[in-house]
Amino acid sequence: MAKVEGYIEIDAERCKGCGLCINACPVNVIEFSEDFNSKGYHPARYKGEGCIACGFCYLSCPDVCITVFRGARKKSPVNV
Amino acid sequence: MEVRVAFSGPKSLSGKEFTYCPGCHHGIIHRLVAEVIDELGIQEKTIMVAPVGCSVFAYEFFDVDGTVAPHGRALAVATGMKRALPDRVVFTYQGDGDLAAIGTAETVHAANRGEKLTTIFVNNAVYGMTGGQMAPTTLLGQKTTTTPYGRRAENDGYPIHMSEILSTMRGVAYLERVTVSTPQDIRNAKKAIKKAFLAQIKNIGFGLVEVLSTCPTNWGMTPVEAQQWLLENMTKEFPPKLFIDRVGD
Ligand SMILES: Cc1ncc(C[n+]2csc(CCOP(=O)(O)OP(=O)(O)O)c2C)c(N)n1
Ligand code: SF4
Ligand code: SF4
Ligand code: SF4
Repeated sequence: MAKVEGYIEIDAERCKGCGLCINACPVNVIEFSEDFNSKGYHPARYKGEGCIACGFCYLSCPDVCITVFRGARKKSPVNV
Repeated sequence: MEVRVAFSGPKSLSGKEFTYCPGCHHGIIHRLVAEVIDELGIQEKTIMVAPVGCSVFAYEFFDVDGTVAPHGRALAVATGMKRALPDRVVFTYQGDGDLAAIGTAETVHAANRGEKLTTIFVNNAVYGMTGGQMAPTTLLGQKTTTTPYGRRAENDGYPIHMSEILSTMRGVAYLERVTVSTPQDIRNAKKAIKKAFLAQIKNIGFGLVEVLSTCPTNWGMTPVEAQQWLLENMTKEFPPKLFIDRVGD
C-alpha cells in the first residue's frame, strides 16, 4: 500500500500552545514555533513534511486550530 | 493525487475562540458534540443549556439555540423546554460541581423520569471556575484548594459515582463513561455522544455521557501531564464503561 501523504494547517492566532497535538502526532512532525502569537503563546507549527493525514492532531486539539489535508501540497516557497 | 480536506472543524460551532485554559478538555468535548450535531443534521432544531462553571458561556461557542441555567438547574430548564417543544433536540452540558453537587436532585430526577434529553457530564474532579476547590468527584488523597493535604474520607466523604447511581434508573436509555485523553478514546467518546443524542431523537429515554476531563490549571500540571494523570488515576476511581445502551445500532 502506498504511504498516505498529507499536510496540516494550523491557525497560529487561535492556538494556545498547549502541545496536545505535538504529543499526539505519531510521526512527530509538529513543533512549537519560536514566534509568539498575539495571545502570547508559542503556537504549534507543522515541520513541513512527513504528515500521514491520520487526524490525531485534529482530534486532540482543544481549540479547533488544525485542518488536515490528504494529498500532496503544492510547492510553496513559504512554509505555512 | 487530489488534495482533499480530511479533518476540519464542525459547522455547529460558532467559530468564536473558546475561553478555556490551554489544553483544557472542555474544548475537545465541545468539538465532539458539534461534530455529532452536524452528522445527525439537527443543528436547526437543537437547543443547548449551558451550566454555571467554566463552560458558562458554552452557548456562545455553539451555533445552535441556547441559554444558560442557574447553577445545577440545567436539567430542570431543559425539561421545561423539551416538554414545551418536543420536536426539538435539547441537551445540557454540565460540570461535576454543577451536575453532581448543587444539581444532584435535578440530575437524578430528570434521569429517573426518563426525560427525552441528552446530557454531557464533564467530570474534571474539581470546581474549575471558582479556583479548584474540592468537588464531590475529587479523588481520595487529591489535593485541591479546600483539601490542601488531600481529600480524606473521614472528613470529606468519598468520590461520588454519578453514572453508577444513574445506572439503576429505568428512565435511562443510554449511559456511558468515556475519556478523551488519546485519539482512540476521542473517537469512542464521539460514538457515545452520538448514541446519547439518538436516545433522545428516537424517543427512548434519557441519555448521558460522563466524560473524564482535565483541568490542567487547577491540577497544577501541563496539559500533557494532566492527560497522563487522568489516565493513571481518575480511570481507577471512575472506570470507563458502557452502563446502559437501549438505543441499539
Ligand atoms: C448558586 C451558586 N452557588 C455557587 C456558585 C459558585 N460556583 C460557580 S462555578 C461553581 C462550580 C463549577 O465547577 P464544575 O461544575 O465542576 O465546572 P468546571 O468549572 O470545573 O467546568 C461554583 C460552585 C454559583 N455561581 N451559584
Ligand atoms: S495528521 Fe497525523 S501525521 Fe499529520 S500532523 Fe496531524 S498527527 Fe501528525
Ligand atoms: S493542540 Fe491546538 S491549541 Fe494545542 S498546541 Fe496544538 S494547535 Fe495549538
Ligand atoms: S479552570 Fe480548568 S476546567 Fe476551567 S477552563 Fe481552565 S483548565 Fe478548563
